[in-house]
Amino acid sequence: MVQLTLPKNSTIKKGKHWPAPKGADPKNVRAFRIYRYDPDSGKNPRWDTFDLDTSQFGPMALHAVIYIKDNVDASLTFRRSCREGVCGSCSMNIDGRNTIACTKPLDEIKSKVVNISPLPHMAVIKDLVPDLNNFYAQHAAMQPYLKTTTAAPDKEWKQSIEDREKLDGLYECILCASCSTACPSYWWNGDKYLGPAALLQAYRWLIDSRDEATGERLDELEDPFRLYRCHTIMNCTQVCPKGLNPAKAIGEIKKMLAERAG
Amino acid sequence: MSANWSDPRPLSPFTSVWRWHVTMVTSILHRASGVALYGGVFVIVAWLAAAAEGPKTYMKLMSVMGSIPGRALLFAFTLALSFHLLNGVRYLMWGKGVGYDKETADRTAWVVLVLSVLLTLAIWATAYWGLNLLSVGG
Repeated sequence: MVQLTLPKNSTIKKGKHWPAPKGADPKNVRAFRIYRYDPDSGKNPRWDTFDLDTSQFGPMALHAVIYIKDNVDASLTFRRSCREGVCGSCSMNIDGRNTIACTKPLDEIKSKVVNISPLPHMAVIKDLVPDLNNFYAQHAAMQPYLKTTTAAPDKEWKQSIEDREKLDGLYECILCASCSTACPSYWWNGDKYLGPAALLQAYRWLIDSRDEATGERLDELEDPFRLYRCHTIMNCTQVCPKGLNPAKAIGEIKKMLAERAG
Repeated sequence: MSANWSDPRPLSPFTSVWRWHVTMVTSILHRASGVALYGGVFVIVAWLAAAAEGPKTYMKLMSVMGSIPGRALLFAFTLALSFHLLNGVRYLMWGKGVGYDKETADRTAWVVLVLSVLLTLAIWATAYWGLNLLSVGG
């Protein structure tokens, strides 16, 4: 039976309140409720609330957390790099949905308080930084590279324009893990179920006209847990910040297996 | 995994922070209605067994099922059946590779939710006024 609540060491306590800076126009002040966990404290995680003057930083959620780190609490920990939706580092749960903070406009968030927590159902290393080792291992297990048996051609492996187009909507994944950690099947079986990101990657190689390991790849996926834990809940597709559709890719893999079985 | 969480590090919140999409609602309801239908099969078996047992037992069962709680149970069973049936069509379409994009999945989810309520009401309206099926024990 799946557990729906947090284990004892993970329940979230009430944390600190950081008031708005003096002189801030109350019209611009917005509360940010942010998940905090300090591994050195030995204490449970907590919700800290930061009242921020939104006129002091840019329009995106990432601007807000960077502002906090620079001006309010330098210990706030999160991953970020490109700040333009390319690197996939700043993925987190914002306003109840996974996304990358750098492309999430704050004025899209309807609730008064902006809630920010780490990607769901993951071991937390610190604050908004989850442990993604299992996620990366699953990606690597998909052998995300061209596998061939025939002799390599003199120049490149050729691909028609039509066959190349089949990779659109698949190759753009930035490995932010928003989809996999949005998936209830992944929450409860993340150790056995590959999750939408890894399966999207698997499909990207399955339909690559140049790849010659289709059979092997399908063999690896034909498993009640690895692939078939997907019940088309669609959370993956709903949250993907790049607008990709892992649910459809998984459906296509299931179709390939059904067709192979005859 | 959380059932036996042994990691010294905390597990990040999931159900408590998640804001649901309609597709998640229909997915969970599909599972719930499936379980409900499994239970409902026992009611059908009881009905058949009572009919085989003879008129006395049959009338007894009909009066139980015809009572207000009995009817509520049957109504819930009809609702579960309608929903599971209609939502099953979505799974059938997905099996064909159709209907995966966000907008379509959202739309079909809402359609199924509304239609399953309408279908249930239609079945009950037919049972009450069309066929007079529930007059026994009522």
